[in-house]
Formats: sequence, C-alpha cells, structure tokens
Amino acid sequence: MGKQINVALIGNPNTGKTSVFNQLTGLNQKVGNYPGITVEKKEGICKLPRGLKAHILDLPGTYSLNASSFDENVVIELLLNKNDKDYPDVAVVVSDVENLKRNLLLFTQIKDLGIPTILAINMADRMERRGISLDVELLEERLKTKVALVSARKRMGIDYLKELIINYRHIPIEPCVNASVIDPEYFGNLRKAFPNQSLYKLWLVITQDVNFGNINRAELNTNTSFNTKSTSDLKRLQQKETIIRYQFINGVLKETMSVDKNAATDLRSRLDRILTHKVWGYVIFFGILLLIFQAIYSWSSVPMDWIDATFASLSEITKETFPSGPFTSLIAEGIIPGLGGIVIFIPQIAFLFLFISILEESGYMSRVVFLMDRIMRRFGLSGKSVVPLVSGTACAIPAVMATRNIENWKERLITILVVPFTTCSARLPVYLIIIALVIPDKSFLGFNMQGLTLMILYLLGFGMAIFSAWLLHKIMKSNLKSYFVIEMPNYKVPMVKNVAINVVEKTKSFVFGAGKIILAISIILWVLASYGPGDDFENAEEIVTSKYTETEQQVNHDEIEEEVASFKLKNSYIGIMGKGIEPVVAPLGYDWKIGIAIISSFAAREVFVGTLATIYSVGSDEEETIKNRMAAEINPILGGPLFTFASGVSLLLFYAFAMQCMSTLAIVKKETNTWKWPVLQLIIMSAFAYVVALIAFQVLK
Amino acid sequence: MKVTVANLKRGQRGIIKEFSAEHVPLKLLEMGCLPGNEVEMVQTAPFQDPMYLNINGSHLAIRKETALLIEIELIG
Repeated sequence: MGKQINVALIGNPNTGKTSVFNQLTGLNQKVGNYPGITVEKKEGICKLPRGLKAHILDLPGTYSLNASSFDENVVIELLLNKNDKDYPDVAVVVSDVENLKRNLLLFTQIKDLGIPTILAINMADRMERRGISLDVELLEERLKTKVALVSARKRMGIDYLKELIINYRHIPIEPCVNASVIDPEYFGNLRKAFPNQSLYKLWLVITQDVNFGNINRAELNTNTSFNTKSTSDLKRLQQKETIIRYQFINGVLKETMSVDKNAATDLRSRLDRILTHKVWGYVIFFGILLLIFQAIYSWSSVPMDWIDATFASLSEITKETFPSGPFTSLIAEGIIPGLGGIVIFIPQIAFLFLFISILEESGYMSRVVFLMDRIMRRFGLSGKSVVPLVSGTACAIPAVMATRNIENWKERLITILVVPFTTCSARLPVYLIIIALVIPDKSFLGFNMQGLTLMILYLLGFGMAIFSAWLLHKIMKSNLKSYFVIEMPNYKVPMVKNVAINVVEKTKSFVFGAGKIILAISIILWVLASYGPGDDFENAEEIVTSKYTETEQQVNHDEIEEEVASFKLKNSYIGIMGKGIEPVVAPLGYDWKIGIAIISSFAAREVFVGTLATIYSVGSDEEETIKNRMAAEINPILGGPLFTFASGVSLLLFYAFAMQCMSTLAIVKKETNTWKWPVLQLIIMSAFAYVVALIAFQVLK
Repeated sequence: MKVTVANLKRGQRGIIKEFSAEHVPLKLLEMGCLPGNEVEMVQTAPFQDPMYLNINGSHLAIRKETALLIEIELIG
C-alpha cells in the first residue's frame, strides 16, 4: 500500500465545501474534536483511481487567513506547521462560482504559503442560469494552478478533481501575489533576519495570535535586527495586503470571467423581501419555531413511548429468562434501563437536527441571526441562541448540542450554560403532582390558579436563563475580538445527503460521547438503590412478612411486595444518604423521603415521582394514590402536613433551578470538552436552587 | 454632515469612500468592503439594526455601529 495523499479542503463558509467533502469520502468519514478545543474535526478517506487513497481533512470554513475565531485558528495553525501529521500535500480551495471574487482572496493567501493549491469552483451547474462564463484555461494560467469545475449537488467534476489530487506534484507552488510590496523596507529586514523562512509565513506569524509549531515567536520578538510594529500599523498593513490582493483578483477576473446581468433571476431578493421583513420575517420565524417545538415535544413522544415500552419489556424478559441473581438484576435493572435512558433521547435529537440542518443548508439560519441579533446581543447571546433556548423547553440535551452552529465561542458557552434553566419536559411530572397538592384548584381573576402557577414556572425558567446569560456576559472576558459580519448566503434547496449525514453524525456523537457517562451514572445510582449495608436490607422480605404474620393481618401478595420494595429502598445506600441529608433539606421543609427522591432524581427529574411511589409503597402508575399518600405525610420536625403551600412552593422552586439531570451534565462535558463547565453548572445551579427554596420556605411557612 | 452606510434607505446605493481601518473589522474588508466599491442597502431589521447590505456582490449583515464608520457617496 502506498502513502496516502494528505488533502486539506479549505474554503469560505457557504461554498458547499462539506458537500464536496461528502462526495469525496461518502460515509468513510469520522467527526472528532481538535485536541483541547471544541472545534469539530472532520476527516475521511477518499478512494482515488489506480488504487491510491487520499486522507481528506475538511477544515472549518474561513474567509481568510486572518483568524478571528477558534475555528479559523485551526486552519492557520495547520497550514503554518509543516510537522503536523495532517499538514497537506495539496490544498483544495473550494469556492462558489457566484462569489468567486471573494473566494479567491483566501485562495491567493494559501497559494502564497507555497502549498500546491487546486481551485475547485463549486456550483458550476448554476453558471448558465446566472449568465456566468469562465475562461478556465486562462484562469489556470493567471492563478498558476489547476482549476476543477465541480457541482457536488449534481456529482459533476468530482472525478476530475480526484485526478488533479493524484497529480498534485505537477501544480506549481509559486505565489500569485507578492505581499512584501505593502512595505518593502519592513519585509526586507524580515528577510535578512530570517533568511531560511518563507516570508509570507513569517508575516502571518507576526499578525496572527495562534500557536506555531516550529516557528518560535519569542525568537521573533527578541531578534533586534528589525523593528517590530505597533498593532495599528500592522492592521494598516493587513488592510493594504487585502487591497493589493483584490487588485490582483479583479485584474484576473476581468480577463477570465463575464457575467450577463440580465440572465440572473433573482429568487434571493424576492424571498428576502418576505423572510427578513420587519413583521412577516418574525411571524414566519416564530411559525418555524412552533413547528420545531411541536416536533420535539409531540411527534417525538411516539417513538419515545415505543422505546420506553421496548426497554421495559426487554428488562422483563431478561428477568424471566435468566436465573435470578445479582448478575441478572444488574443487567435487567441497571444496564438495560441505563441504555434505554440513552436511546430515549434519539428521536428528539434527530428531529431537532433534521430541522437545524435544513435551516442551515437552505441559508435561512443567517436570516434568523439577522432578525434576532439586536434582541439577543444585549444578553451576550447570538441570534442563533434562540433555537437552543426554545428547544430547551422540550429537553436540554438536544438543545445543548444545537449550540454547535454558534460560531462565537463565548456566545456558544453562555448559551450552553443557561439552557438548563429553561423548563424541560422532565420537570413537568414533578410540577404537576406538587401543584395539584399545594395550589388550590380555584380561579384567580378568571384564571385557574394551578395553570397560572405552571405558567409562572415556565416564565421563571426562561427569565432565569436570560438573566444569567446577561450576568455571564458581564463577567466573562473574551480574548478574541468580537465583531459582527454575517454573510447572507444564497437560498438553496437542502441536499438530502448532507442533512442525513448531519443527523446521523449528531446522533452518533450523543450516543457514544455522552452515552457512556449517562450509562455509568445510571448504573451507580442503581447499585446505590439496590444494595444496602446491614441486616435490615438483606432480610427485608422476612422483616416485612413477619410484621404481617405477627398481627395476623390479611394482605394480598402485591401489597407485601410493594412494602418490601419500600423497606429495601429506605435501607439502601441511597436511602441512607437521603436520611443523611435530612438536616440539610429540613430547612427547606422536606423530610428524608423527599431527600431520597431528590438524590435518585439526579438520574432524571421525572424519577422523583416514581421514587416517592416506591417509598410510599404504591404502584408508580397510580397518580391519585401517590397524591393521597403525599397529602397524608406528616412533617417529622414541625408536625402538621409535610406538603404545605410553603414546602410545595419551595420544592417547585428547587426543581425549577437545580441542575437535576446527569444527562445534561454529560452532554455539556462532551460539548465543552472539559469537566470544568458541567461541574460549575452543577454547583452554582444547585446552590442557587437551595438558597431560593430556603428563602421561599422560611418566608412562607 | 458626513454620509455613511447607515444613512442609506432600502434600495439606495452608494460608493464607499476612504475610511480609517482602525475600528472597521478586517473581516469586512475581506468581504469586499473597500474604497471605490458599491454598496446597496437590501433590508434593515427593526430600529435599523442590523443592516443587510450588498457590497460589491457580497451579501452581508453588519450592525449599525459598524455601518456608521463607513463613509459613502450617494448615487442615484
């Protein structure tokens, strides 16, 4: 087997670079992260003719080699570091035929680094419709390269591109533009100081704030044979560089490209007139949000119920088929429900990313940013944060994943951190049962008070998310300069292949990334709930049965079984932990039983109700029964009913703010690539929830 | 009074004059916002912010604060 050819795909955003990547690699691709940062790294293998293979790296989209985000840093760091294992043998610059002028800016910069650079002009199938004609031969001559006209959508020109990749050694590496003319004296001194380095590389090292493998910045700064420049001087020079590059490009395109303006049918302006309209734009956007919400809230529930039932019966079958013992119960009660807890999220994630990919691919997402920017920026959020925040009302997991398309890292991090405050659907069962218990079913100003309370809780969650975003925005410093220049791409019909690959990739990354953590925690929680120290746990069955035989009470089998389960849970490790935290939760108005429920509902909030049902030894489906049992509970310290208005409100507020969801923590760890943020989230949100619940109970009691 | 991109009404066009690069993001220059190029206001969001422009064939949105930095000469 011969050596693989290293190919880097580079290009402006919205040029269809990913479509070209998908066409070259098919499903032979994997998505990972660059070490230490959360920029997606997409790579794949492309089979070339004559048994050759190429390793294709799809670099993040960038407009130039002047980086202003982590994504763009990745591109420069790779291109400046010859020792990197991914350093390209050949670069393919993907450009869009309709924005060729702007795309060529990046092309000339990469060409000037001395890397063999192929120009792939994508969306070539649109040329005729747009009245564009190109003299490809002359273009190749002037740009000193090979040009491939491709259309990833129509699978056109891909084979020719592969052919060019094989013959990359024949591509000249001489530069297009001599950047040193912008300040001959300065570049002359630079040349003298570093005779062995490429001049343009040195220039990038000086102007960019990135890490540079083999070129030592300290050496640059201490070398006194040339004067270092002030930041504003450097910026002036960068501007000059941009201007001379455009002069060159304008000259080339004047000779090689002609556009017949009459041929352009302007779908864009007609669509934009409605989609970015001051009124209709918002109406349509909220309609789309409603549709997304409907899909992840309501449509997803069908496959989710099915998954729930399947895993429950799988667990039953396991219990019946295999001899009972600790190993069988580990599988039936620990692992299978744990896996079920991961799979259950797939429908919501898939639906959300189906919508998001379509919105991104069609070009509509940029219009969302345009519409929402002014409102969201006050809170340090991006226009794109709206989609995650709204999806968070269904579930925080897909919502956190949906922040991936926010380019600015600070805006993205803030969105991730505040999303768990929005009222997700798992809080609903907890809210409903407590509201039914402590809020009177009466009218207040014509509104049902229970409904009103639920609405207040939703508003509280959303308000808290916005408020903490604003707070984080004030606290957090960003070392990358913030700017707002958003390209408004042409509208396109989304490509099924791209959307499908995206949905599959996102789902896979959840199952294999966050899934591991979720499974591990659910097994730990299961062990804690199913085992206990001492004889009481071991002999639960005898103790409960003997109690009944002593009193000679007539009870049926089910009741005894429920009683045993309750007794076991109370004496399990979780039960002991619940009793242990009673002094801590007592000031909030809770007893140790609620303590147990709070600990076990860390798996997922809705587990709260099921745990209470087990503790009160009632079948978990009988909501009325649980409610009646809860209503009859006595507060062990204060006397009187345990669930009063005060303790109920306190519990509602606790669940509104506390980070009671291990799956969210797992996905935040996955998305931020560090435990720092999920741990901070857990501590701060839970502490805040505790304080609020404490104040509520102490004031209201 | 100086005329800037922010003064353009929907559908109006202008030619970009020299401007100080100090505060204008380099990104904007790279997208084609250079002296001598034509700029057209495509659409504005409520409160004229952000602004959706067509600069030299590049369609992009910038905030009003940035638009105020770019001086132009009105045409038509």
